[in-house]
Amino acid sequence: MGDSDSVASLAVEALGLAKNYGPQVALDQVELSLGENERLAVLGPNGSGKTTLISVLSTAMRPSAGSLRIMGYDSTDAPNDVRRHIGVVAHRTYLYEELSARENLIFYGRLFGTSDLAVRADMLLDLVDIYARRHDQVGSLSRGMQQRVALARALVHDPAVLLLDEPDTGLDQEHLDLLASLVTGSKIPPRAVILTTHNLERALDLCHRVAVLAQGRLAYQADSASLDRTALLDAYRRLAGAAL
Amino acid sequence: MNLAVRQVLAVVHKDLMVEMRARDLLNVMLTFAVLSLIIFNLALDLRGPTVQEVGPGLLWLTIAFAAILGMGRTFVREHDRGTLAGLLLAPIDRGTLFVAKLLANLIFLLIMEAVALPMFALLFNLPVLRPSVILITVCGTLGFAILGTTFSAMAAHSRAREALLPLLLLPTTVPILIGAVQATSNAINGAEGGPPWLGLLIAFDVIFFTVSYLLFAFAVEG
Repeated sequence: MGDSDSVASLAVEALGLAKNYGPQVALDQVELSLGENERLAVLGPNGSGKTTLISVLSTAMRPSAGSLRIMGYDSTDAPNDVRRHIGVVAHRTYLYEELSARENLIFYGRLFGTSDLAVRADMLLDLVDIYARRHDQVGSLSRGMQQRVALARALVHDPAVLLLDEPDTGLDQEHLDLLASLVTGSKIPPRAVILTTHNLERALDLCHRVAVLAQGRLAYQADSASLDRTALLDAYRRLAGAAL
Repeated sequence: MNLAVRQVLAVVHKDLMVEMRARDLLNVMLTFAVLSLIIFNLALDLRGPTVQEVGPGLLWLTIAFAAILGMGRTFVREHDRGTLAGLLLAPIDRGTLFVAKLLANLIFLLIMEAVALPMFALLFNLPVLRPSVILITVCGTLGFAILGTTFSAMAAHSRAREALLPLLLLPTTVPILIGAVQATSNAINGAEGGPPWLGLLIAFDVIFFTVSYLLFAFAVEG
């Protein structure tokens, strides 16, 4: 891993991360560090920069300024090494509608050079409760089912860091519990997780730390253990100027 | 097997499976090619030496326009469905992705030509199924596929992509078109001497491939 040894305990390290869309500032001097197996929830109103943050962390977007290291790899110098270590669930599922759930997982697994793919794909599809429909084309699955396949896709290469942009989209209560078990590592090995959500309780329940993103700035970070819902809600309203 | 080779095979296999099930690319190219050849045959009363002079041009115009129609779809489909973002989040070198997409496009174009060439031979009574013409067709098609893959990746990010792809592709493929038409004409008519058109065609393929391979990251990442 080369120079990653010196920062081996940090899964994600962002320094002065910024992203501009022309004159509009989407991310502004974001400082973020996340240890291995640590979980961070990012809250924020619509347009606060949550999706942009996930896009930059996932290398889908280049930052306008600042540096990002994931598992010790610099996202500008070694983007493919960064990508090897992250799994992403975004607003789009990244799934091919014409392929079955299993074929999608095997395709993405091949791109990552994953071994024992057939076994791993079946295991993950069983885990996300879609095994019975694993041979169905993704286009025939409901939005919630597709989201579960997307979760399995993000895990197919066993990434060290999971980036989840509002991963609860389309999930019913039963599968929200499943999502919780995947995030907290009770059903799979734990890993570093950054997730964005609008749900305060979910943020407190699932993650070690909670942060509030307001106008592109990480304006507040605190340990979940030291917070209750009221304190977090107060902080959120004060910083984001919006109601949950 | 090397990871890059496995990635290329994975993308090509995926593109073929998606197309086999969606059939929105090959159907368009095949229908366009067949209709164009029939219309050319009906509209132009080509006989004797005229058909030998004009025929290769008609064949390559048909291939060029069918290619533009088909290749425009390959990245647009990925872009509109959000799967292009998924591809780009995988640890795949952009040059490797270019080779994979190029191979998939080349296969689609060759399938279209496997129908168009015999039909052309039948309608225009020209010997285009001889090995020398098939070799020229493959080399010319490779040139179209190289530029088409690069420009369709670039155009997919644009709102005016339907207009942008032909505007980018037609001027840049002029050397390929001229080389292919001349080489095909010489092969059909058995002409000897003159410029080595097939060699020029191969040289353009090599140049375009090298430039596209190096610049594909900028084209596909927008």
